[in-house]
Amino acid sequence: MSSTRRVLAPYLQILPGGLWLLLFFVIPMVTMLSLSLQEGDIVSGYVFTGHWQTYVDAITNYRVQLVRSLIYGAITTIVLIVVAFPVAYWIAFYGGRRKPTYLFLLLLPFFVSFVLRTISWRQILTDEGMLLGPLKQIGLLPETFHILGTPAAVIGGLVYNFVPFMVLPIYVALERIDPRVVEAARDLYADPATAFRKVIFPLALPGVFAGVLMTFVPASSDYVNSAVLGSSTTTMIGQVIQSQYLVSSNYPTASALSFTLMAVLLIGVFAYAKALGTEDVMKVAAR
Amino acid sequence: MTTPIASRGPRISGGRALHIYTWVIIAWLTLPVLIMILFGFNDTQGRYNQTWEGFTLKWYGQVFALDELTKALVISLVVAVVTAVVAGALGTGVGYALGRHRFRGSGTVNLVMFATMSSPELVMGASLLTLFVSLGAGLGVTTITIAHIMFSISFVAVVVRARVLTLDRSIEEAAADLGASPWTTFWRITFPIILPAVASGMMLAFALSIDDFVVSNFTAGTTVTFPLWIWGATRVGLPPQVNVMGTLIFMAGVVIAVVTSIRSRPGRRR
Repeated sequence: MSSTRRVLAPYLQILPGGLWLLLFFVIPMVTMLSLSLQEGDIVSGYVFTGHWQTYVDAITNYRVQLVRSLIYGAITTIVLIVVAFPVAYWIAFYGGRRKPTYLFLLLLPFFVSFVLRTISWRQILTDEGMLLGPLKQIGLLPETFHILGTPAAVIGGLVYNFVPFMVLPIYVALERIDPRVVEAARDLYADPATAFRKVIFPLALPGVFAGVLMTFVPASSDYVNSAVLGSSTTTMIGQVIQSQYLVSSNYPTASALSFTLMAVLLIGVFAYAKALGTEDVMKVAAR
Repeated sequence: MTTPIASRGPRISGGRALHIYTWVIIAWLTLPVLIMILFGFNDTQGRYNQTWEGFTLKWYGQVFALDELTKALVISLVVAVVTAVVAGALGTGVGYALGRHRFRGSGTVNLVMFATMSSPELVMGASLLTLFVSLGAGLGVTTITIAHIMFSISFVAVVVRARVLTLDRSIEEAAADLGASPWTTFWRITFPIILPAVASGMMLAFALSIDDFVVSNFTAGTTVTFPLWIWGATRVGLPPQVNVMGTLIFMAGVVIAVVTSIRSRPGRRR
């Protein structure tokens, strides 16, 4: 094997896949950025003007939805940590031989199509449906009570759909903890709560970080849950972007909104990473 | 003060409560799926499959009665198979190179991969749409497949890279010492070892593709995949055939997952 071939080998192996990512990931992003700075319409064509006004208009027009999406995303993420941590904790420390079985049971529902799962929730939560109907009949709930169309329904759907993305990374982090470390803490007179606060939780943080990364971004940009479970008062930015693209074909505005969303999410993730310490992020990224 | 130590449980109380809690969460996660399966057996009369009207098996007999829905399912399956094969090949190349060599530019490749895995699907779908529109390319099965391969490559690469990093180089060196060419060494030694990882990567790509809604929504044009058909039909109510197909896909996924987990039990290797 000649030395030239040895130098070239990795590049030849990467080339097909790398080219694909360049053509269909990097270049589209650049195209979209340039489109968001252009003026015109689909009929007469676009002119590159470096027009920042599109951004200003888009953000002012849809500020409400943008902020709402970030709030829903943040609430979803916080609720997910609360829901997922105890489950991951119990499986990691008490699962014993059954660990794989429990993880499998948690992942089971995700063999069903995402859209179908969300629609199934709508069926469960309808105003006279299997959950609310009986409760209304026995008079536990007022006739006008409804869940669908409220922020609670949308956030509930988001939490539901992203559970594995929070449970798995936290589980992996907890699984790596050497039980003797916890033993040591206890031997040094730490009570269970202190041992948890000072030893277990800090060691689980990289997992929590990864979980937040894997849930906050998709939850904030989701439009399926808000469309299926929400109403006009719970519209999220994803729905706006989707309809600007696919219904009104308003590409510059839609592109500007997509980039704004992406930038806001990236800034949020980086600020969060900074606050947590960058080595955790590196660890997560290097996995 | 001596407390018995649980299997691995650090001396912390509350194991019992957490056990119950875990089962509650599992029940909550499974509920919509059970409802979906149940309503595939519902003897519904009208267009709305919302209220329980008795048990029937007829929808399983008429699962392919709706031509448009069947066509959508076939398109989804074709796209998923092509995605698994192509992303499997391309991703294996990338993953192998990253796991095996140190070279200039690997950092960039890692960064792009990380970006594809963490970008919102909405933004990826939208950016592909802008590309296709500006190129004047017609949207359809081809553009959907291109998009699915794009977002699957990184996942395959990550899975394969993890396996390559654990490879014992001495086996390959032994093959080379015995006169095998690099080509022969790869196909006869390395590839069989990384094959399970390649297969998992391909299955992951298949699963990502068949369930993808957002990116397909942007790159499909007038073509309809299975999730897109469901999305379009929600306004008028879902026919029971959707529940039946959903149940069958679910069952297939479960069976494949169970079989692979039994076959890859630790202890079979090394």
